[in-house]
Amino acid sequence: MSKKSTVPPAAGASAHRLDLLREMVRIRRFEERCVELYSAARIRGFLHLYIGEEAVAAGVMSALTPADAVVSTYREHGHALARGIPPGAVMAEMFGKAAGCSRGRGGSMHLFDATTRFYGGNAIVGGGLPVAVGLALADAMLGRPVVTACFFGDGAVAEGEFHETLNLAALWRLPVLFCCENNLYAMGTAIERAQAVTDLAKRAASYGVAADTVDGMDVLAVEDAARAAVAAVRSGTGPRFLELLTYRFRAHSMYDPDRYRDKAEIARWRQRDPITLLTGRMRDDGELPDDTLQELEAAVAAEIDAAVAFADEAAEEPVGDLTRFVLAERSGS
Amino acid sequence: MTTMTYREAMREAIRQAMRADDRVFLMGEDVGRYGGSFGVSLGLLEEFGPERIRDTPLSESAFVGAGIGAALGGLRPIVEIMTVNFSLLALDQILNNAATLRHMSGGQFGVPLVIRMTTGGGRQLAAQHSHSLEGWYAHIPGLRVIAPATVADARGMLAAALDDPDPVLIFEHGGLYNVSGEVPDGDGRADLDRAVVRRPGRDVTVVAYGGTVGTALTAAQDLAHDGVDAEVIDLRTLRPLDDATVIGSVARTHRAVVVDEGWRSGSFAAEVSARIMEQAFYELDAPVGRVCTAEVPIPYARHLEEAALPQPSDVRTAVHEVVGHG
Repeated sequence: MSKKSTVPPAAGASAHRLDLLREMVRIRRFEERCVELYSAARIRGFLHLYIGEEAVAAGVMSALTPADAVVSTYREHGHALARGIPPGAVMAEMFGKAAGCSRGRGGSMHLFDATTRFYGGNAIVGGGLPVAVGLALADAMLGRPVVTACFFGDGAVAEGEFHETLNLAALWRLPVLFCCENNLYAMGTAIERAQAVTDLAKRAASYGVAADTVDGMDVLAVEDAARAAVAAVRSGTGPRFLELLTYRFRAHSMYDPDRYRDKAEIARWRQRDPITLLTGRMRDDGELPDDTLQELEAAVAAEIDAAVAFADEAAEEPVGDLTRFVLAERSGS
Repeated sequence: MTTMTYREAMREAIRQAMRADDRVFLMGEDVGRYGGSFGVSLGLLEEFGPERIRDTPLSESAFVGAGIGAALGGLRPIVEIMTVNFSLLALDQILNNAATLRHMSGGQFGVPLVIRMTTGGGRQLAAQHSHSLEGWYAHIPGLRVIAPATVADARGMLAAALDDPDPVLIFEHGGLYNVSGEVPDGDGRADLDRAVVRRPGRDVTVVAYGGTVGTALTAAQDLAHDGVDAEVIDLRTLRPLDDATVIGSVARTHRAVVVDEGWRSGSFAAEVSARIMEQAFYELDAPVGRVCTAEVPIPYARHLEEAALPQPSDVRTAVHEVVGHG
């Protein structure tokens, strides 16, 4: 978590860029390992990969403090890791183990962590939006200078929840940063086939919410926009909306044969791979010697190996505990 | 002892909770300026201000979800939904978030939220304002579902609900708000885990809750004239269900009739009936009887609505049937 406490990027720009790069590489390699483990049937259920979208998680989380809250979706491994949930706890959750961050009850789609104020992991599209507004309402009523970052996809903009929530957040001027990850597809349906108005920032703005559209493949641009938006939200001027233009390189889920996308389109977006973009930029600026990148990759690989080993060795939650956590455990009962 | 209406008892419980705990606040449609669609929150805006008596847009899903988030964030929200019919617009938030977050998070996040809503027919409001869907909610693990039937319980059960660390849904039958009754001094906090015997009797157990308790008690009076001594049980809490009180009573009376304003198919009465069968089959001298709402959307016309809803005469007939059996 230490690296998450918003080092001002101006000082030590190159160290900070390396942090952002490391975060994106961690997410990428973690998920690549998830693919292998899924194929080996070690991870089951639905698995929605974030590969290609890493700049959004890394950039936005870098603008938050540990006191801020995060509400996420079912495609949240990247959010969870960038927020500081230990990769071992995330992997153990996907293995359905007791040491998982949701004690094996959530799986890939429902990662939770009280320590980092990570409120899921919501598999209902748009379902987290009102909850984020409520968290922000609590902060506002209790006088806490805290921001709630709420992630959702472009698909959620077609849900009623989006409209009800933006109206309420704007009406009550609540401290929410709405982060719309526009990866152009709601499951298998392209945005122009699902949304009458595809300029999503415009739709947020129609509720009086200040909205920007950002290149979601450029982690530095995401971070800049997120810092500015978080500062504005924290100053009490009400919610902000960021439309982060991004792309998932993999299918919607591991079950998805991905027949609805043009191969050329995917290839085009791959040229804007957020990791390649940042490494290229750092190389151009003379900030990334080859051995630094190799060391970074080796350190990440070791971290993921350790996470998998941790998950592997972790105990299963006893079946006798099946019905725990349905209601609060009363003392003496 | 003080005499007040069911509406006033609800208001008193909210007022006392808000005075005692700064984290408690009320939100919903028309709860502030208007004073509540059923007048429950009248005067509270003046006392507590618009931050804590918070009018919302007509956005059930957003304001119920906001209640969930606020509860996660450390507040103790009371959310008012006008009727159970409208709660369906927030069903995703209630079921997929409020009821599941504790379990999905492995016990890390609880949702201490109270959702109040009216239920039931009898006021000629037609289908979209008259249904009784509390049985559906009682199906869902992670929720507590309560239905205060008396004025004392209106206050005492709401007070207890606000102490509960889990989401509590309170179903207030629309026909009860004007009913007057006595409430004990003090906070009169009710035990949310226990059903109560409202009228002791020897010959048959009539199980009711919420709006049907009055129906059952009226029927019991009529039955007394017929020489049948009916015991009336008020379930009070639909989830978790207090089987023990029901089974204990059936073990004494050996006959049971369940009264429920839900439709018969898949009704809450079906659940109660099944539990009696599972746990007290050999105590029974007759099959369990059920009095439910006719399988129609509730009609507007008074005579049709009355014909659709459980009436004391229907309970009386059903009791005679099980008492006359064998």
